[in-house]
Amino acid sequence: MTVSRIDARFAALKSENRAAFIAYVMAGDPDLDTTFEILKGLPAAGADLIELGFPFSDPMAEGPTIQHAAERSLKAGTKIRDVFELVRRFREVDETTPLILMGYMNPVEFLGYDAWAARMAQVGADGMIVVDCPPEEADGLADALDAQDVALIRLVTPTSDTERLKTLVKRTRGFVYYVSVTGVTGVKEINVAAIQDEVAKVREAAQLPVAVGFGIRTAERAAEVARIADGAVVGSALVDEIKLALSRSEALEPTKKLPDSQAASAKVLEKAAILAQAVRSAR
Amino acid sequence: MNDLRPNTYSQPDAKGRFGEFGGLYVPETLMPLVLELNAAWQSAKADPTFWAEYHSLLKHFVGRPSPLYLAERLTAHHGGAKIYFKREELNHTGAHKINNCIGQILLARRMGRTRIIAETGAGQHGVASATVCAKFDLPLVVYMGATDVERQAPNVFRMKLMGAEVTPVTAGNGTLKDALNEALRDWVTNVDDTYYMIGTAAGMHPYPEMVRDFQTVIGKETREQILEQEGRLPDAVIACIGGGSNAIGMFHPFIDDETVQIVGVEAAGHGLEVYNGHSASLNGGRPGVLHGNRTYLLQDDDGQILEGHSISAGLDYPGIGPEHAHLFKTGRARYITATDDEALEAFQLTSKLEGIIPALESSHAIARVGELAREIGKDGIVVLNLSGRGDKDIATVSKRLGLGGISA
Ligand SMILES: Cc1ncc(COP(=O)(O)O)c(C=O)c1O
Repeated sequence: MTVSRIDARFAALKSENRAAFIAYVMAGDPDLDTTFEILKGLPAAGADLIELGFPFSDPMAEGPTIQHAAERSLKAGTKIRDVFELVRRFREVDETTPLILMGYMNPVEFLGYDAWAARMAQVGADGMIVVDCPPEEADGLADALDAQDVALIRLVTPTSDTERLKTLVKRTRGFVYYVSVTGVTGVKEINVAAIQDEVAKVREAAQLPVAVGFGIRTAERAAEVARIADGAVVGSALVDEIKLALSRSEALEPTKKLPDSQAASAKVLEKAAILAQAVRSAR
Repeated sequence: MNDLRPNTYSQPDAKGRFGEFGGLYVPETLMPLVLELNAAWQSAKADPTFWAEYHSLLKHFVGRPSPLYLAERLTAHHGGAKIYFKREELNHTGAHKINNCIGQILLARRMGRTRIIAETGAGQHGVASATVCAKFDLPLVVYMGATDVERQAPNVFRMKLMGAEVTPVTAGNGTLKDALNEALRDWVTNVDDTYYMIGTAAGMHPYPEMVRDFQTVIGKETREQILEQEGRLPDAVIACIGGGSNAIGMFHPFIDDETVQIVGVEAAGHGLEVYNGHSASLNGGRPGVLHGNRTYLLQDDDGQILEGHSISAGLDYPGIGPEHAHLFKTGRARYITATDDEALEAFQLTSKLEGIIPALESSHAIARVGELAREIGKDGIVVLNLSGRGDKDIATVSKRLGLGGISA
């Protein structure tokens, strides 16, 4: 499976003439059970692909929303092995929805490239995005992932010029992730009209589907993106639902007990369903 | 002008690697900027007019050369080799940090940047940045951990006085690593006009090389001065290590001289044996990737970065510049440690014996210089890089010694 699971999903979407709705959540935020409930429910809520963040102590490209999600996850004691275990459990209930791991380099370095890639293939994770690993430093990791047929998905940004684009698409597999704004996650809002040509250029250069993310918070924006790109990624807006559920439960419960995972996951899935609907009816 | 690497040792390579360390691990949004920065730096490095302006400012604005001073009473106290202080604390703004800021502000101007950002731990780099930004009329935002804002209040005031905006960072423990994260987030967001002035010889290529080259003025002067005063090279040079800029500035011009021992002193905080209780990345960490480079890092058993601890805000960083990682791995330099308590003792001893109040950072090196001097013996010469003055630390020290508050 692995890369071919991603390819198959985008091929199917193309034949239906629609874009993918890609949902991002942070593993272990606020705990592993909640994340599992969310993962389990996302395909039915309309997520075509899933990005699962693995927490890192120093997430330098994240805005406050995902920074805090990583903090909550680490505080709850999430380990990298728990993230792999989440994927394994997800694969018991869903064999077709591609799942991409997303995070930072150091936990990958710590485990070692080969062990990391092997673990991904074992549990059924299909692709990988490493925020702080540009192509210049990626060959070792790319070799390890290739050997397991796991996709290394590259980021292209508004600062990438034509020359740079050539370097970026070289070893990309599965799809290309277009970062729609210069900045951290979840802060600036996307201007879809301004990136339309760029997305087309990236698709042409990579000969792969292009998913757009970083600045999409509303159903309206998601639909706009779905008209010009092959996928719309929403992260912070979903993660915010967890924070909201937490602060509600803190307000209600003087003991500051976490909400039961049903409540937080239900909120995230509700939001995901709205966004998915917008993407599905966009074209 | 002999500002380029003076010796056969030639690191880093074109990819910014010092052996297996260094490199360029940044989000893609920053890649074009960092590559542009590197191109601008390589061109400036080869331009004699750039260095002429740098040296002119060091002389007339910073007050260089800084003296090389025989610390007679400290030497007598320890009863070993002669101990010389390289008096970086006499520089304008009171530390070595200004050497780097002068170089980087000239580069920022050359690149046409109109807004400067910086991170700071002890506040010395923040103050030096604020100083050059005031002088060249450029707006500056300084990111500083909230804990450090508190323990280095006098420097916060100095930065503001010179027109800088100081943004406290509450993420993590509110120390230097968190300030660095926040500065990187600012840079990713403001890519069009902003220059990031990193304060130590760490981070992504070309910063470790560039900051080093701006700090090697320390070691080059030392070389000339010791030849003039003693007619020979020292037996050892010693410096404290935060990110490693004052140390590499002293060490680099001596790397080829096999008779010169090179000794770095890391912060052992509460003790190397205390989990997450020190900032000794080489002695208590392992290789990993953070803040744009591969180097030794303090981390837990899952690859998460630890905060670490040191009484000295300028050493309270879980990483270390990649060139030190390389010198450690190859064995060319030796890295030892000093605890909070040992640094405090050295702080007081130097004040009483020499009439010089050293920065808590530099006090870590002073804490180990006695042993080194005795090891080398009476006829020997040790040069210690006195990286900064301790006025900024008097409140911290007074509190630790139970002498009550000082309003600085
Ligand atoms: C006086 C002084 N010495 C040393 C340091 C440590 O930095 P580095 O290792 O880059 O010299 C600092 C940092 O703030 C400092 O202020």
